[in-house]
Amino acid sequence: MNKYKAELMVGVFVLLSIGALLMLALNVANQTMSTKGDTYTLYAKFDNIGGLKERSAVKVGGVTVGRVTSITLDKKDYTPVVELSIISKYSEFPETSSVSILTSGLLGEQYVGFQPGFSFDGIANLQDGDYLQDTKSALVLEDLIGQFLFSRGKDED
Amino acid sequence: MNPIQALGANSIAKVAAIGRAGLMLIGAIFALPKLKNVPLTIQQIYVVGVQSLLIIVVSGLFIGMVMALQGYTILVDYGAEGSLGPMVALSLLRELGPVVTALLFAGRAGSALTAEIGLMKATEQLSSLEMMAVDPLRRVVAPRFWAGLISMPLLAAIFSAVGILGGHVVGVDWLGVDAGSYWSLMQSSVEWGNDVGNGIIKSLVFALVVTWIAIFKGYDSTPTSEGISKATTQTVVFSSLAVLGLDFILTALMFGIE
Repeated sequence: MNKYKAELMVGVFVLLSIGALLMLALNVANQTMSTKGDTYTLYAKFDNIGGLKERSAVKVGGVTVGRVTSITLDKKDYTPVVELSIISKYSEFPETSSVSILTSGLLGEQYVGFQPGFSFDGIANLQDGDYLQDTKSALVLEDLIGQFLFSRGKDED
Repeated sequence: MNPIQALGANSIAKVAAIGRAGLMLIGAIFALPKLKNVPLTIQQIYVVGVQSLLIIVVSGLFIGMVMALQGYTILVDYGAEGSLGPMVALSLLRELGPVVTALLFAGRAGSALTAEIGLMKATEQLSSLEMMAVDPLRRVVAPRFWAGLISMPLLAAIFSAVGILGGHVVGVDWLGVDAGSYWSLMQSSVEWGNDVGNGIIKSLVFALVVTWIAIFKGYDSTPTSEGISKATTQTVVFSSLAVLGLDFILTALMFGIE
């Protein structure tokens, strides 16, 4: 009887901890978006990527459609090249689309905002490996303050 | 000449103790494959794991609640109380879950293991086993070692999960942080492999160290009542120090500058 009870309690213990691990897996850790297999890759050159990091989100109107997979520096013109991995489900973006680096909230993390362009006749969709032409860099606070002071100074002249 | 000789004798004794501890660990590790030891191990998981459940759940709950309370008062000044979820979850999963579980485990189960094995030695039960051609390493030490190694990561997982729920109780239900941002910001900043996985690896290492120290201190204790009390104290002190020291090294290796 005692042994049976011990085994029963150990069973309950193991079930509890599996439950805890499941909760950690499903509720706490991010359901890692599959970056392997059903994705395609786009590239974008920015002047300044600010605080963008690998694994930052790529969002269209707030919906996450992909992730930043790598950030490298172009050796010829020394501009950052950001590799975006987009889920294949969202593959119908026209070539006129633009990307910009945005911040969620005042102190939030930075993400890539993807703005789908209009599609006319003769404008193809973005393919795997394409470069996005229209990019807007991250807002750097110091630059902004510098511009503000500069324009103030011009006004007073 | 005497102090130098004492130093030498002390060093030899320490090194010999490390050697004995290593031999005992090898004896315990290679004792698993015997199938008839599995019920013994389950019995020990009941003793060291299930019976530690209450203290783990209660302290996890309160640590999560306290962290939410403290974190909220600071984060709300910056309007960043939405980051309460990631703060509670990351500190629990990376540090507090494994470390506090190991400290509590050393106090709750480690000391009991030392006292039990030490008393077995003092009352010559271990020698009697040997006389009956039963290897005490297999029969007594191995099940307790494996039980500790299995139980502690499970306890740490329960600790972290309960702590996050405790943080939810205080942060969301009491202080009014938005439940959506509590969970979704947590999900976007906690990674399965890097945070949860490394936490489990940490608690596996701690489990090995704490159980090893506890069993060896009992197995190697002077078989007197004074010797057992000394061994029990040393178990708690040594394993707590080892856990805290190892935690820094592991953190530096896992989450250090890449």
